[in-house]
Amino acid sequence: MLEINNLHVKLEDEDKQILKGVTLKIGAGEVHAIMGPNGSGKSTLSYVLSGRDGYAVTEGSASLEGEDLLAMEPEVRAAHGLFLAFQYPVEIPGVGNMTFLRTALNAQRKTRGEPEVSAGDFLKLVREKAKALHIDADMLKRPVNVGFSGGEKKRNEILQMAMLEPKMCILDETDSGLDVDAMKLVSEGVNALRSEGRSFLVITHYQRLLDHIKPDVVHIMAAGRIIKTGGPELALEVEHNGYAEILAAHKLTEVQ
Amino acid sequence: MSAVSPKAAALALRLAELTLPAGLAAARAAAQARLAAAGLPAKRDEYWRYTDPASLTASDAPLADLFDAAEEVPLFANINRLKLVFVDGHFDAAVSDDLTLSGVEISRLADVPAGHWSENAYGTLEAAGQTPILRPLAALNSAYATDGLLIHVTARASKPISVIYLRKSEASDAILHHFIKLDPGAELTLLENGPAASRLNMVLEVDAGDGARFHHIRAQGLDHDRRTVSHIFARLGAKSLFKSFTLTANGILTRNEAVIEFTGDHAQAHIAGAAMGDGAFHHDDTIFITHGAEACESRQVFKKVLKHGAVGVFQGKILVKQGAQKTDGYQISQALLLDDDSQFLAKPELEIYADDVKCSHGSTSGAIDETALFYLRSRGVPKRAAQSLLILAFLADTIAEIEDEAIAEDIRARLESWLQGHED
Ligand SMILES: Nc1ncnc2c1ncn2[C@@H]1O[C@H](COP(=O)(O)OP(=O)(O)OP(=O)(O)O)[C@@H](O)[C@H]1O
Ligand SMILES: [Mg+2]
Repeated sequence: MLEINNLHVKLEDEDKQILKGVTLKIGAGEVHAIMGPNGSGKSTLSYVLSGRDGYAVTEGSASLEGEDLLAMEPEVRAAHGLFLAFQYPVEIPGVGNMTFLRTALNAQRKTRGEPEVSAGDFLKLVREKAKALHIDADMLKRPVNVGFSGGEKKRNEILQMAMLEPKMCILDETDSGLDVDAMKLVSEGVNALRSEGRSFLVITHYQRLLDHIKPDVVHIMAAGRIIKTGGPELALEVEHNGYAEILAAHKLTEVQ
Repeated sequence: MSAVSPKAAALALRLAELTLPAGLAAARAAAQARLAAAGLPAKRDEYWRYTDPASLTASDAPLADLFDAAEEVPLFANINRLKLVFVDGHFDAAVSDDLTLSGVEISRLADVPAGHWSENAYGTLEAAGQTPILRPLAALNSAYATDGLLIHVTARASKPISVIYLRKSEASDAILHHFIKLDPGAELTLLENGPAASRLNMVLEVDAGDGARFHHIRAQGLDHDRRTVSHIFARLGAKSLFKSFTLTANGILTRNEAVIEFTGDHAQAHIAGAAMGDGAFHHDDTIFITHGAEACESRQVFKKVLKHGAVGVFQGKILVKQGAQKTDGYQISQALLLDDDSQFLAKPELEIYADDVKCSHGSTSGAIDETALFYLRSRGVPKRAAQSLLILAFLADTIAEIEDEAIAEDIRARLESWLQGHED
């Protein structure tokens, strides 16, 4: 599904290298988790994959189902099935949440050459998905994320994901800011979407989310690289011991 | 021999091109005197600091290339209305509806009969609006206007009056003047649409009696080369409501002034403007609101979207007179600059002589929110569409001032079509 090879990324306007050779392969239907210390480059990876300005890829590649992701405009990546649930969802005053969802859904369908969803069908769909995430009608009417609480913003991201039905979902710290119940709701939302044709890359600091969304593979990212890859037990190890040991071990190998 | 001042000389030149129309002789003479005392405005006048009036005061109107109005989405097409058409500043009875509407008496300025009510009204609000700041182009208008509508609203008008201003000449130089008198409790919606002339000098006087309601929705067209100076003078009685919205797209020069005075308590005045300028576009909103009564609410909402070197100006003043307690005055002016070549100049002013008032004003200018743009694109919305969505969102507060949802929807549709047509 998603294949990242030796990806090097620096800031466009600054001589600052952030990703220093990330390699990652996620097969169809797989769930991968990335953990790693603050500032290690996790969000940067998710932004670069979704096409945000301000970064320059200096080396390496990234592809979605064999197609070169990095050559596509952000909206084309979305239409190809890439979705990023933002670590910090953006407020858009003046644009209603419903309008936003419908515009996005129909824009993607148009790009793919599919017919638009009728107003009636859309309404039915959005009500059903919103209900499952305990998002009330008022939140749907309000401008996108404006005045939403931290947890409401995160649930709104998952609602968008549920509506857009992407193939490759990247969740950047969707669990942070969620209370215990909301975490369960969001996890259920994600699990409901799990299927053979859909893959997930879950960025998180906490093992707890991974109790709900069971990953197939866990990666540890540090200083712009994936330094360790393992099974779900790796997340438990981090939860108990922190990163010190892994980092130290990595430094040793680096020195060799 | 006394020296002739430059202002007097400029005025003499201008007047040489004008003839005094018949009718309302006393009112016109009074306006001539106001004009003579004021002289024509010039760039060095403080009130014209940001907008050069030279092409508005010149003897001849600069030529303006014709614009194909078919390029525009028609406005108000599905609204049941009384249609009155002016072509290059002249009323065209052949394509207009009859001047009959229940609850309303309509006459034409061009053939006003002797003894008409307007003899005691025409020009009086303009005259009052000359203090504390001179508005010579409005005085010139009152003196020399050749056509316009004199509307007396006695009850609730059965449908909106829709004035359509067509331009078919490259050299038309129109001076139009409407007077609208609303009896206590009367109500009218006035729709205005179109460029009117190569150069237009327009005055709209609105005298709203106690409890009267006046809605005004104006669209100044996409016509690139037209020039406009317009003045609205409104006097608002107790518990009256005045709401005015103006949409302006291109137009090489537009100066829209509004001078509104509350004379009765508990009245409301909302005035809003959405402007989109691309290229050689200079748009100036100059507003002066006088709170001369208690517990009145005024609201100014002006937004401009500018690109390719377009210039936006906003001068807005709220004057709260002594004794105008419980005044609620609000003013916001904002510009969205789509590139670095465009410019927004704002001069908000408050002058308050009462102690129990609530007044606020704000002015901002900035670029499109790149984070929001990326967010939309990451959800699959193409860049252009995402920009349009954000521009419409930016202008939404102004359209929200239109009460009638069908009319607001028309304005929105026209904005959307402009955004689609104007993509780079
Ligand atoms: N636009 C930018 N300008 C300056 N520095 C940046 C920019 N984007 C990322 N960085 C820097 O790159 C590094 C990686 O940031 P990133 O947000 O990817 O980390 P992260 O792993 O997501 O951290 P966290 O766990 O705190 O969310 C940090 O040092 C950050 O300050
Ligand atoms: Mg991050």
